[in-house]
Amino acid sequence: MAEPMKIRATTVGDSTEVKVLMNHEMETGQRKDAQGNAVPAWFIQTVTATHNGRTVLSAQWGTAIAKNPFLSFRFKGGAKGDKVQIAWTDNRGDKRTDEVVIS
Amino acid sequence: MTGRRLRFGAIVLSFAASWALGQTSTVDEIAKYRAALQEGNPAELWEARGEALWKQARGPKNVSLERCDLGLGPGIVKGAYAQLPRYFPDADRVQDLETRLVWCVVSLQGFSEVDARKGPFGGPDRKSDLEALVAWITSESRGVKMNVPQSHPKEREAYAVGEKIFYFRGGTHDFACATCHGEDAKRIRLQDLPNLTTPQGAQKAYTTWPAYRVSQGELRTFQWRLNDCFRQQRFPELVFTSDASIALTTFLARNANGAAFDAPSIKR
Repeated sequence: MAEPMKIRATTVGDSTEVKVLMNHEMETGQRKDAQGNAVPAWFIQTVTATHNGRTVLSAQWGTAIAKNPFLSFRFKGGAKGDKVQIAWTDNRGDKRTDEVVIS
Repeated sequence: MTGRRLRFGAIVLSFAASWALGQTSTVDEIAKYRAALQEGNPAELWEARGEALWKQARGPKNVSLERCDLGLGPGIVKGAYAQLPRYFPDADRVQDLETRLVWCVVSLQGFSEVDARKGPFGGPDRKSDLEALVAWITSESRGVKMNVPQSHPKEREAYAVGEKIFYFRGGTHDFACATCHGEDAKRIRLQDLPNLTTPQGAQKAYTTWPAYRVSQGELRTFQWRLNDCFRQQRFPELVFTSDASIALTTFLARNANGAAFDAPSIKR
């Protein structure tokens, strides 16, 4: 079961800055365990950010993204009190969605 | 003759100057790297998990840790870490945060001593509950001035023993903590080592642990820091929550008195 993200969103002027910390191992598939067996790849594949139902960011990720990823981006049209939703899915089919109110 | 020697001297001097410049710029670049990462410090994920764990009813007695006394009274978390390690009358010994947490997990929640000590340090396949709890509790002391007490005789004893351990040379390399941490401007590879014998050095080091280690992808506590120092010194393993680990922590924490606590931080 995926653990919650930590999201912050603040609007200054016409631009909203969103900062997201995600809980994920992001295994590359290149690492070997103590027995010498390859640790299977396990990583976030898609990330979507929506603001009031409108997609403001859509990304495809791979194994080059660090463990416990930090994502920061800006979009236009957000206002205080609006909701921003972040969702990810990984290559095992696990998913997680969290929401934050813009401050 | 004199002219030539002078010129030679000047060349040596300029070489030394550029070398020193290279050193400071490396240090500056590492500082910049840390500042850039601070904003998105994954330690916050540990803090969130720790807070949930603190409030969750667990164990054979099915109670939360919210009645745990960290030194300022049952359930008071804010600022508690800045006054640890300290003497606890109920345990009749000096305890640091990790030791106190083990005590509370056993006495309040009813876990066995063995279970409570299990997995003090997390790894790729196992998360440590203790590291998460420490992350949250220490975050509640951010900005609070370090004020480690020395009023009880056992607190003074722990400090004295810790000081002895700090200067004790041994192991295959004949190392002491002081070998690397007793002078200014020592390094391991590119990492500057704090001089823990000065108040500034002790303050800067102690107030920035626990920390998220980017190279390990884990949040590390002060017990881990000491454990790994012992490993690097080729000392016998420092037993988790042992009297020796608490004494050394007391010595370093007390020397950091007066500085504002500023962790969990992020380190390379």
